[in-house]
Amino acid sequence: MASVPGTSDSGEVRRRDFIYIATGAFGAVGVGAVAVPFINQMNPSADVRAMATTEVDISAIEEGMAIKTIWQSKPVFVKRLTAAEIAEANKVDLASLRDPETLADRTKPGKTEWLVTLGVCTHLGCVPLGAGQGESKGDFNGYFCPCHGSHYDTAGRIRKGPAPYNLVVPPYEFTSDTIVQIG
Amino acid sequence: MSFPWAQKYEPQSPLMKWIDSRLPLPRLVFDAVGAGYPVPRNINIWYNFGVLAGVALMVQIITGVVLAMHYSAHVSTAFESIEHIMRDVNSGWLIRYLHMNGASFFFIVVYIHIFRGLYYGSYKAPREVVWMLGVVILLLMMATAFMGYVLPWGQMSFWGAQVITSLFSAIPLVGEPVRQWLVGGFAPDNATITRFFSLHYILPFVILGVVILKIWALHIPGSTNPTGVDVKGPQDTLPFHPYFTAKDFVSLCVYLFAFAAVSFFLPNSLGHPDNYIPANPLSTPAHIVPEWYLLPFYAILRAFTVDLFFIQAKLWGVIAMFASILLLLFLPWLDSSKVRSNAYRPLYRIFFWILVVDVLVLGYIGAMPAEEPYVRIGQLATMYYFAHFLIILPIVSAIEKPLPLPNSIAEAVLAKINKGMPAATQPGAIAQPAE
Repeated sequence: MASVPGTSDSGEVRRRDFIYIATGAFGAVGVGAVAVPFINQMNPSADVRAMATTEVDISAIEEGMAIKTIWQSKPVFVKRLTAAEIAEANKVDLASLRDPETLADRTKPGKTEWLVTLGVCTHLGCVPLGAGQGESKGDFNGYFCPCHGSHYDTAGRIRKGPAPYNLVVPPYEFTSDTIVQIG
Repeated sequence: MSFPWAQKYEPQSPLMKWIDSRLPLPRLVFDAVGAGYPVPRNINIWYNFGVLAGVALMVQIITGVVLAMHYSAHVSTAFESIEHIMRDVNSGWLIRYLHMNGASFFFIVVYIHIFRGLYYGSYKAPREVVWMLGVVILLLMMATAFMGYVLPWGQMSFWGAQVITSLFSAIPLVGEPVRQWLVGGFAPDNATITRFFSLHYILPFVILGVVILKIWALHIPGSTNPTGVDVKGPQDTLPFHPYFTAKDFVSLCVYLFAFAAVSFFLPNSLGHPDNYIPANPLSTPAHIVPEWYLLPFYAILRAFTVDLFFIQAKLWGVIAMFASILLLLFLPWLDSSKVRSNAYRPLYRIFFWILVVDVLVLGYIGAMPAEEPYVRIGQLATMYYFAHFLIILPIVSAIEKPLPLPNSIAEAVLAKINKGMPAATQPGAIAQPAE
């Protein structure tokens, strides 16, 4: 490769090659390092990340009813299932589910009647219907997302439509019999 | 650049000579859009939409800069500031309606321009880069229009932002962090509105830059023409000014008339009434749809409802939607026919019109709720869209026997004049796209 500038006839690497590559590499690392803060500034800011927990009073929720609340600026459904809805959820063959989970997996031990899920469709993030009075509950008597037609069952599991996962169960705990702390 | 017989710029006055030797800007204008740019003499009315698109971009930039003087990019004031523009700002209602409808008209003009390019083979060698820059402009336009629609912070704004940014959460592993990075939070909020405002302001100028590149690339071979045969000599062309500037002004008058008519008398007909309801993160509108110009792509997004080959339905939809546009980048190589114009491609012409109908069907399905029979029709139309480009077009261009081409543009023009017959009845004459 005698024709390549900076290379001797014998093909050995000369000092100029080293300087050239080292300068280029140093410049590339520098540009990359400068780019980091300019990209990172778009991530959620400290005040947004600080909105960590939400407390919900569930004492007024009767069987078959649900409330909507907000956690990390996302809607959360807290639903008190009826005995019929629990039976319906437990009757389903797990193998037939797209995202197999039992109702017990999705609730706290001894509190199977309380279904706490994000009100965010796992397809493209719309709020499914079914938590409010008189709203469509879809083909499986749970939640129905009107945007692209995802149907969730009484345990908030995806049964039909484009959504890939069950409605997400956020981290939460019962701080007392009537207070749920989400987050 | 351009043809050897193009008129040369010769400054007459001492002042123009003085300027020309220091900053040859008048020379640049003369060579680019003046008498120094020869254009095929037979281009028809469908070739006017490029200039109209340029006008539409300028209307959006001017009205947008003015609106930004009155708009407030904050979740608590954005919606009110739009109402303030509509009710309090002097002529604010007019400027906002021009901006709203200007976006729709920009897309109408650009879609016609794209289909003109498809019909007359404008994407073929040596104009591949012109075509690809056009696809880049289309993508930038979609991004800009989407972010602009979010700014009023109405119900459609909020849920549009939620749905479109959620597309990115379909990406395996990094999807959710990417989505949070895009919106600057766990859900669209103040951080979203401020960054969208910043980008919505700058992207039109990026589009303007790509438009200049596109015109630069176009002016090397010059425009195609309805016959698709190359320009061979001076008898085939006319100077851009005054012949085509005059013609463009005629279509511009018609365009501005239609634009004014809609902006004054039907200003909300292309929008959605839900966007006059302030954003509510707890309630999705019963029926959310994007703006009309994104509907065909929205229908493709929704067409995938079952998981295939270990890829989730959601990811398929996202891949298909982006692929439907990126596919156009490969069009110059998917069509192997040497004949440019569909006027001489009797077989492909039929499929061209089926594609037009297919895209219209996709647009209709995109506006319908996600239920039968619309889902199934949307799936078939999506399948056809991809089959058109990936299967039908390569096969047709290989087996088709095109009609005999005229020897030159001038010959085709003269044949039309001499016979005094409508072009559509003569094979080999200038064809109209409506035939």
